[in-house]
Amino acid sequence: MGFVLFLLKRLLGLVPTFLGITLISFFVMHLAPGEPMSLQADFNPKMTPEMRQRLRAQYGLDKPLYVQYARWLKGLVHLDLGRSFSPDRRKVWDKIKERLPITILINVLSMALILGVSIPLGVRAAVRQNSLFDQVTTVLVFVAYAAPAFWVALLLMLFFGIELNILPVSGIHSLMGYEQMTTFQKILDWARHLVLPVFVSAIGGLAGFSRYTRSSMLEVLRQDYITTARAKGLPERVVIYRHALRNALLPLITILGLSIPGLIGGSVIFESIFAIPGVGQLMWSAVMARDYPVLMGNLVIVAVLTLLGNLLADIGYAAVDPRIRTGLQSEE
Amino acid sequence: MEGIFSAVAASKGSAWVRTLKELCSSPLTMSGLIIVGILIFTALFAPVLAPYDPQQIDTYHILEPPSHRHILGTDGLGRDCFSRLIFGARISLLVGFVAVGIATVVGTVLGAIAGYYGRWVDGLIMRFVDIMLCFPTIFLIMAVIAFLEPSIWNIMIVIGLTGWMGVARLVRAEFLSLKKRDFVLAARIAGASDLQIVFSEILPNAIAPILVSATLGVGGAILTESALSFLGIGVQPPTPSWGNMLTEGKDNLEIAWWLSVFPGLAILVTVLGYNLLGEGLRDFLDPRKKRRN
Repeated sequence: MGFVLFLLKRLLGLVPTFLGITLISFFVMHLAPGEPMSLQADFNPKMTPEMRQRLRAQYGLDKPLYVQYARWLKGLVHLDLGRSFSPDRRKVWDKIKERLPITILINVLSMALILGVSIPLGVRAAVRQNSLFDQVTTVLVFVAYAAPAFWVALLLMLFFGIELNILPVSGIHSLMGYEQMTTFQKILDWARHLVLPVFVSAIGGLAGFSRYTRSSMLEVLRQDYITTARAKGLPERVVIYRHALRNALLPLITILGLSIPGLIGGSVIFESIFAIPGVGQLMWSAVMARDYPVLMGNLVIVAVLTLLGNLLADIGYAAVDPRIRTGLQSEE
Repeated sequence: MEGIFSAVAASKGSAWVRTLKELCSSPLTMSGLIIVGILIFTALFAPVLAPYDPQQIDTYHILEPPSHRHILGTDGLGRDCFSRLIFGARISLLVGFVAVGIATVVGTVLGAIAGYYGRWVDGLIMRFVDIMLCFPTIFLIMAVIAFLEPSIWNIMIVIGLTGWMGVARLVRAEFLSLKKRDFVLAARIAGASDLQIVFSEILPNAIAPILVSATLGVGGAILTESALSFLGIGVQPPTPSWGNMLTEGKDNLEIAWWLSVFPGLAILVTVLGYNLLGEGLRDFLDPRKKRRN
């Protein structure tokens, strides 16, 4: 019961945030000097003032701003984000929809990689604080934090793609012979193409998470209940993984939620480097072409994705921490 | 007797010297300080240090590998990469400082207002922060940049205006705890105005964490600028920036490895320097953290 109530409360809390996201996106759109459609109109030599006026009316740009916002918001709720300015004039949502799966897939895979590697790493570093292992990982974390992801991508392309020639450096599957492959070969082909992008998008997270895990573990290992567990004569492995890690992971769930926008933001970079047809690449080409409807649609969609990611993290937190879902802990 | 005098003299010796001494006691912080120092020096004296004009095109010597004449090789237009790298330091330094300056001022003002006034003002500002945090920064920056000329000033302003949320949260938290302290109460009883209390009582006590977050922020801003320039929507050629130099590296990846390796290394070392310095400052200014970690 407590959990359902908690969920309802959280969902209600999302509404103002969602409205805020749409307001900011709308504001950014109208930051444009001139109007979103003026660029399109300026390129057309046959454009007369009357036609321009008609176009304005067609796009609703002659209406007051709040009317335009209400209209746009109404469209947004129905996933109607307008049409692209590009020659194909396709619906913005259709363009985004077909590119979302690959971006989400890569982000989920890289999240799995981050959690799978950084948690054991952080735990080990904390348990053996100040050991050689701890110091080496600390240095690696600092370097990974400072390394520009796109540069690492270039180096990896240079090494694995060109020098060793063992991994493909662009696209998500082979262009030649892909149709003839068996399902297993296709999966293998995809995997080979995704290794570098997933790794590159995970670097920052790997560094951050092993660091957070380490400090969170250090914090927990100092608690009295750990001493109690040890005093009971429990094996160290049980103390570390059952008693300490479980509690250390709690704050990490929040950080996981907070790190989602950074992860999605990284998509722009690695998708453009590795020529992956995802949302990030769409965003980049929209900026280059000044395709405003696609730009705005993208901005809103990724923000909503982040919002949902945060909600998932909150639910995860509540699911593992009874204090939250029963509301025993104060709001602070 | 003399010992006492020198001790007194030492304690009187400027706080700055002592600060610096203590900072330098950690080798990591020390290396951060040295890196940042070298970077500032390079940026200031770029015209003296660079062996060639960074814009000088030399069509007879394009894409030359590193040699004694061009120690980091030449690019596709025959320009000296080492000289371009040196001038690129100016861009990175400028972007880092200005963008972080903007973010710090905006964040501090909003955080201070939220923390000091509390209630609905706090609620409103923090809700705004939450909303801003939902946007992947690079998407937000790209959406704004698309409407503007991609000049270096626009880039700095946009990076600054999308990076203040962390500072705001931090300053708010500091203000929430500091405003309840006795010295603030004393100032209020003495008849100080809100503005006086905020600026001369509370803010000076919150400077340390702001300074740490600003130092750490410089690295982030440099990374963002380089990514934008790499994507072709940041600093535009022919102005050399480490990010747009890497774009050329990507285009010539198979034939000129030196174009990809060195600018990235420069970014890495610079960001590392600021991060090390920031972490060192944090440990120094917050002894609690030092003990815990």
